[in-house]
Amino acid sequence: MIKLKINGQEHSWDGDPDLSLLWFIRDEVGMTGTKFGCGQALCGACTVIMDKEAIRSCITSVSDASGREVTTIEGLHPTGDHAVQKAWRQVNVPQCGFCQAGQIMQAAALLMDNPKPSHDQIREAMSGNICRCGCYQRIENAVHLASTGV
Amino acid sequence: MNIIAAPPRLRGFERHVIKVENVSRRSILKGLGIAGSFVLAAPIMSRPALAAYKTGAGEMPHGVVVDPRVFVAVAPDGIVTIVAHRSEMGTGVRTSLPLVVAEEMEADWSRVKVQQAHGDEVRYGNQDTDGSRSTRHYLVPMRQIGASARAMLESAAAKRLGVPVAEVKASNHEVVHAASGRRIGFGDLAADAAKESVPSISSLKLKDPKDFRYLGKGEISIVDLRDITTGAAQYGADVRLPGMKYAVITRPPVTGGKLVSFDGAEAMKVSGVEKVMEVKGWPWPSKFQPLGGVAVIARNTGAAIKGRDALKIVWDDGANAKYDSVAYRAELEEATRKPGLVVRKEGDVDAALKSADKVITGEYYAPHLAHVSMEPPVAVADVKGDKAEIWAPVQSPGGTREDVAKTLGIPEDNVTINVTLLGGGFGRKSKCDYALEAALLSKELGAPVKVQWTREDDVQHDFLHTVSVERIEAGLDKNGKVIAWRHRSAAPSIGSTFGPGAVHQLGLELGMGFVDMPFEIANVQCENPEAVAHTRIGWFRSVSNIPRAFAIQSMVGELAHATGRDQKDMLLELIGSPRILKLDSVKDYWNNGEPYDSYPIDTARLRRAVELVAEKGEWGRSVPKGHGLGIAVHRSFVSYIATIVEVAVDDKGKLTVPRVDTAIDCGTYINPERIQSQIEGTAIMGLSLAKYGEITFKDGKVQQKNFDDFPVVRMDEAPLVTNVYIVPPGPDTPPSGVGEPGVPPFAPALTNAIFAATGKRIRALPIGKQLET
Repeated sequence: MIKLKINGQEHSWDGDPDLSLLWFIRDEVGMTGTKFGCGQALCGACTVIMDKEAIRSCITSVSDASGREVTTIEGLHPTGDHAVQKAWRQVNVPQCGFCQAGQIMQAAALLMDNPKPSHDQIREAMSGNICRCGCYQRIENAVHLASTGV
Repeated sequence: MNIIAAPPRLRGFERHVIKVENVSRRSILKGLGIAGSFVLAAPIMSRPALAAYKTGAGEMPHGVVVDPRVFVAVAPDGIVTIVAHRSEMGTGVRTSLPLVVAEEMEADWSRVKVQQAHGDEVRYGNQDTDGSRSTRHYLVPMRQIGASARAMLESAAAKRLGVPVAEVKASNHEVVHAASGRRIGFGDLAADAAKESVPSISSLKLKDPKDFRYLGKGEISIVDLRDITTGAAQYGADVRLPGMKYAVITRPPVTGGKLVSFDGAEAMKVSGVEKVMEVKGWPWPSKFQPLGGVAVIARNTGAAIKGRDALKIVWDDGANAKYDSVAYRAELEEATRKPGLVVRKEGDVDAALKSADKVITGEYYAPHLAHVSMEPPVAVADVKGDKAEIWAPVQSPGGTREDVAKTLGIPEDNVTINVTLLGGGFGRKSKCDYALEAALLSKELGAPVKVQWTREDDVQHDFLHTVSVERIEAGLDKNGKVIAWRHRSAAPSIGSTFGPGAVHQLGLELGMGFVDMPFEIANVQCENPEAVAHTRIGWFRSVSNIPRAFAIQSMVGELAHATGRDQKDMLLELIGSPRILKLDSVKDYWNNGEPYDSYPIDTARLRRAVELVAEKGEWGRSVPKGHGLGIAVHRSFVSYIATIVEVAVDDKGKLTVPRVDTAIDCGTYINPERIQSQIEGTAIMGLSLAKYGEITFKDGKVQQKNFDDFPVVRMDEAPLVTNVYIVPPGPDTPPSGVGEPGVPPFAPALTNAIFAATGKRIRALPIGKQLET
């Protein structure tokens, strides 16, 4: 039996230990904010934070998350008002919005690690997250805004 | 002269391709179901929209419905519910059209809820969300709907107050009687207003635009913004039903291939896998019908994928097993070196080319592209007996309903299509094959089922953007004036997806920047040689405008270089005098489905877009060594867009884009902030297709699988800044497209910039490694 915490709540799994954390979260736990985009850690849509580090849940198995603390977009802030979330809304970042949960989790992890990233650091840190609508200019501006206080 | 006949007008692009039988539906129509609401059970009135201009909206399947009882509900608590009947895939349409209704009815946006319509075109009118047409077809109808609701509320208030209706006025969610200072909130009026008759359209008074609170301002964020940032937004992939099964399907690797046999024993051993079953397929081509294959059903998607990996399958690859992109490109090139079907002819191009002092020839290649919306195709179906309910991210809710009904052999009235948010669309989600797969599986399983496409499925079984060779010969006289223009375009047609034997392009494809080439040249001939399709061809954001803008605007750059002129000056000289293009020799010019009187090709607007971007984008500014500026303009979706790209190419051939400037003339608009976001996004998509975009075939199979071998631009290579300038519309300028037209001019502006920076002319997309030294 694998046990892990998601957004502060304990979950257990006695199925295939190789099941990816992504499908565990989405299909077994039933939280759908974390998205499937590629399944190969190429697009970042499935990004969650595990013990303060942004990871791709699509290539992380449930067993790798055993005993760990996982935060998804639903758990980033109790009222959805994390500085990154607020900045996202202020800048009107999203178009279709599908990649944005992953983008926001990546940005939140970046700011935990580096509270005042330069524009180059933002671009580098966020370049693992694809936005097919092409909201990059606004994502960059929103991360910058979040880092300087919304 | 050979002129290709335009096909009949069909659903969206599709109905320009093939005749779909008109399935009659019983109209079971309900109000919005809000207790005491303003909208009650009501018959549907399809009424023509009155406007200063005409659009093609009425020609779309099921036309336009202008009825406040269908689109608006006012609850006793004052909450106004407005229906969004178009699909939201990132353009903001789910916000902007309801905002138009709210504006006209004087509703306070903070007390408005938006409700997504089911797929039901008898009730709502056409719902095909493609062709960049939502705003241009619905701005006026939505204003009329709002104005009707306002008139009904005012009439109810006047009766209540015992005053003439002329003395009351709706204002910010209440109706005010200025003389007495009395005011009644919309909620209080809901029940009475519901009893008012719907005013005639000719009696409606639309607001004076100077009184607009919302339209044209860009101050209202999209309604889903908070939910998107908290993970609460519901996309197709996020639908969960009690007892729902998870399915993935393996499909024939070659278009038109068939399943011979399969062995699911190993798949069944995978933990969580519950069933392995065949999925019915249709012979190619069959529009949007499923390709068939083998489905693995499991308790979660991960188990289904793992089970699928363990399947052993024998395929019959069929007639397209030799499709090879290298050989096919050579075939297309060969085809454009010979005469083809003439689709436009002015003057005598052969004689003019013969007499020309100089002939510049350019052969331009643009490959297949995959859409790769961030949300891969996905659908949930729950089929019980002769009833089906679907939850899916579809651009064509009405068409999906028709296709599900036909596929299951049940009446359309028994099919409910719930339209979720779309995690991107770009034309892919106009084709509902994934919803049909889910419907077939749910029927067989007797349980709700979600069919999830993996990214590999998406890349390998897309309805791809076509592949084309565009060959242009331009003849110059001794003064450097262009006197002859022959353009041959060879590309497999979207028509090939709808039936066998399509070898020529359709009117809609010819009309995308090819036969409507706007230059003032005495001798012009456009020819369309034959091309046979070997895979499913579909429409990709901006469609055939991509290769046409690339070819034509590259040729402008080549002509500028050949004659020693500035690119922008050359472009303006070719566009020529301000005039309305006549296109007399083009039979049934498509014009994006719009009447030519309302939406002519106006070279003054084309020039203005070029001049505006040149001014604001500081055309001609000095740039550092290794940098270059390129410009391009293109009219598509009846909008006019010009782009300047600044590129930097380092000594290893690595390119970066420091700056992009784009001017868009899209006529009257609703939300400039969303126009800006669309144009910012099309710069990224344009850069992606220019740098990387290429799907290739070998032995009939797509060679790419995922974002590693079909890359798209990431943030570290995005333009450092993209500036957008919107041409201020005239008072009666009809609205035109925004979602797509930013794409076409980007690639040629970039490759013209690369030429300016390096002297290297890119004639084949993608740029790939062509600049590497």
